Order: sequence, then structure tokens, then C-alpha cells
Amino acid sequence: MSKVKYVQQDGSACVLDLGSGVSVMLAAVRHGLPGIEGECGGCLDCATCHVYVDESQMGALPSPNDDELELLGTVAARRRPTSRLSCQLKPPFPTDMLTIYVPEAQS
Amino acid sequence: MIGLVIIGASYAGVQAALSARDSGYSEPITIVADEEWMPYQRPPLSKDFLIDLATEDSLVLRDKAFFANKGIDLVLGARATKIDRGSRKVVLDGHSEYVFDKLLIGTGSHARKLPVPGAELDGVRYLRTMKDAIDLKTSLREASEIVIIGGGFIGLEVAASASKLGKKVTVLESAGRLLERAVSPTVSEFLLNIHMQHGVDVQLGKTVVSIDGQGRRVASVNCKDGVNIHADLVLVGVGGLPNDQIAKNAGLNCQNGIVVDDHGRTSDPNIFAAGDCATHFNNFASEWLRLESVQNAQDQAKAAGVAIAGSTGPYASVPRFWSDQYDAKLQIVGLSRNFDDQAIRGSIEDGKFSVFYYKKSKLIAVDSVSRPGDQMAARRLIAGGISPKPDQIRDSSFDLKSLLKSAGSVGV
Repeated sequence: MSKVKYVQQDGSACVLDLGSGVSVMLAAVRHGLPGIEGECGGCLDCATCHVYVDESQMGALPSPNDDELELLGTVAARRRPTSRLSCQLKPPFPTDMLTIYVPEAQS
Repeated sequence: MIGLVIIGASYAGVQAALSARDSGYSEPITIVADEEWMPYQRPPLSKDFLIDLATEDSLVLRDKAFFANKGIDLVLGARATKIDRGSRKVVLDGHSEYVFDKLLIGTGSHARKLPVPGAELDGVRYLRTMKDAIDLKTSLREASEIVIIGGGFIGLEVAASASKLGKKVTVLESAGRLLERAVSPTVSEFLLNIHMQHGVDVQLGKTVVSIDGQGRRVASVNCKDGVNIHADLVLVGVGGLPNDQIAKNAGLNCQNGIVVDDHGRTSDPNIFAAGDCATHFNNFASEWLRLESVQNAQDQAKAAGVAIAGSTGPYASVPRFWSDQYDAKLQIVGLSRNFDDQAIRGSIEDGKFSVFYYKKSKLIAVDSVSRPGDQMAARRLIAGGISPKPDQIRDSSFDLKSLLKSAGSVGV
């Protein structure tokens, strides 16, 4: 499945249907959703597409690679066990709808 | 239509529209663009796009829903030819026109042409736009011997892509080292080595004097020292020039780009400019700069968009650049020219290192190769005016982020 629910800091939410190969970051940027910047375009050069993945869905996603882990150590908002860079999250997702929470800051 | 008119659906143009709207600008916003494509990501054009890991569709940066949601009209395939400041009009393709209250120029830059005989032959290409990239990709498929003139970002990225496609690639650079204007000798040498390891023939100190053809087709490239190199495709990457003619014609102050202040404002208070086409006094570097980068386009356009909405948030970012070549991820923050000391963190041999540059003991720039954690810490250190000691840089067990914590965390 390729639906993603983006939950903002104020609790408002938006659901987007991601096309094949489109990351959670790119879909948000294309649509103009606030709070996800993706300055480098998804080549793991920045850490401005940080999101928190719903805790119950975290384990079903592929693990982050070394570059992502290194960058997660530098995110502007608090790093949590559910922190991911959304440029690395691409469909299909092993869940009906992936839910992610937008952090308070990206830079 | 009265409101904000933006020339160019570039990173700068689209960001200015978004920032103006998000800062409360409630008048109509119209973006006019000479290109036919939805706004697209440019950095991959020299990389993933050429080797079929990205497509025209996958590179779309903002979609139709974005423009509808934000109440921004996007007019594609319409070239702005004239700005009439007296009647506050932008003229398109010589006939239709838009009246503006505020105007932002985000026209970008174009490739500097190679001023030598034979440069007009078929098979001599440049890379700036999606159209250029589509043409280059098609030519690359058919080509077997590629000569790249210019060892800058575009030349080296295309060299890496062409090499991945199994082509015979030669890079001719007139200076004594690669990427001379952007990185230090240490990083230039590293890049030279990885290109050579991937079979690219890099020749330094080679000035091209002419290109020979067979009929209308390119056949070889001639250097000043008499060397002649076979080529069925030539890619020229010898720098960019600002698209500022429309501003010059309108009487706006231009000096290597449209001169703007910290808010992106030109010499006309109702006209703004941002991105590759604009030149600004960079407070970090303490000099006038015209930067060609995504970061500059977006951050300068944010400042302009905020100012257009009647608020204020001046442009004060430290310049940042990046480039991917083979497995090497090069990231740059600050401007390293004029450094007087450097310290290396990590291992050049392993292809994972950062070079920290100092001037009078102050950290002024950091180049990172496949060390994104260093780079993100460096951005915050430089933005916060914090200079780690060179010994702390060389000590990989020392946590650079601890300096940020002790100084109070600084955003970038």
C-alpha cells in the first residue's frame, strides 16, 4: 500500500497517495505540506526531512542504512527511537496506511 | 492582474511564491516560465537522470495540487521578454502582458559558451535545463568517446555518469587542479584520484583552442599544447552567466547579476530577484557574491517572499553546496578560499573524511566527503561562530556536537 498520513504538530492531518518510487519526503514537498523540507532532494546530504514514524509501524519498515543513521544523529528536533529521514521511506509500505508525525523543527 | 508576478518556475521562483503566501501575502500570485515542465529538481540532471535512475516524472518538485492549494497560478511555456517599470507590466513573448504590484525575477543562469572555432558543431552540448539533459542523455547513449571540457561540478558529475555507462571519458581542465574555485587542493586531489580509478582520463592544464568536425559532426578536440583527442560527444561545463538581460533592459542595477539587498530587493523597491540571476553582499563572506546553488536560491527567495508579504527575515545563510560522484558524497559549507590552516578528520584513504579550514584560527569552511554527520555539525558550528581547535578535529573520538551543546544549540 502507498497511503501516508502526515500528522502536524497541531494535530491536523493530511493523507497522500504516493506514486511508485515517490518518497514520503518528496510527496510532502510536491504537495506543499509544511514541516518537511528535503533540501537536498533525497540524496542523504541533509537532515531536513526528519519524521517520527508511528511506533506500532516502526518495526515493519526496512532499517535505516549507515548514512541515514549518521544523519539522524544531527537532526534539529529531538531524536527518538521512531526517528527516520522521510526521503528514505518509499512505497510499498507493509501496512494499509503509514502514519508519520512531523517534528517541531528541521533546521 | 494586480499582485505578485514571478518570472521563472525555478527553485527561487517557486520558493518566493510559497514564502510570500505562507507569510500572509493575500493578493494573486502568478508564476510565468519559459520552460514547459512542471518545476523540477535540477541537481539529478547530471547524475541519476543520465543513467536512467530518475525520469522527467520522478524529478517533479511541485505538483498541480501544490499550486491549487496555495492559490498560485502557474503559466508554463511563456517567455517574459520585457519589464515595463513605468506601467508595471511584464510582457510575454512580445504580446500578452501581466500588470504587477510586486515582481520577482528568478530567471537563473545559462551556460557560458566555449569561445572557440568548432563550438557550434553538432555533438557539442551544455547542461543546465531539463531540455539540455534530455538531449544529453540521448546523445550519451549513442556516443562512445566523450570529451568533457571543464573540471567543475557539472563536468565531473557528467564524467562520473558517463563512466558508469561504460563510456570512454576524458576531462580537460585548464586550471592546475579540479574544482579549483570550490574546494581546496586536498579535495581536488582526492577527486582526481577517484575519477582516475574509475577509468576517466583527467588532463589538467589543458586549454581547448578548437574543435574539429567531420561534416557537421564533432570529431576531435584540440588543445593549446597540440594534443588532439577523438570525441563523438563533447560536453562543455565552463561556468554559468546570470540571466539578467531583462533586468538590464529595464534599467535595474546589474553587476554580474541583478544587485539585491538582504531582502532580495533590487534597485527598484517593488522588484525583487533571487537565485543564480542575483548578486548580493554576503554577510558571512563579507563580499559581493553571485552563487549558483539550491541553498542560495531557496534561502534568498525565502527572504524575498517574506519581504513581499510585508514582513522581514533577511538572508543570512552560510553558503552550502553538494555533489555526488561515484560513491563519494561531497558536501561543502562556507567558502574555503583564502584559508591559512586546515585540519583533516577521518581518512582520505578510506574515502571518508572532512577538511576543516581556518583563517586566523577561525573556522570558515568545511568540505566533507561521505561524512554527512561531520558536515551537519560543521554547519551549526560555523553558523554559531564556533571554532573547534584543529587537534579536536583530528581526534575522531572527540564529539564535535558537544561544542554546540556547551555553547547553546544553534540552528542552521
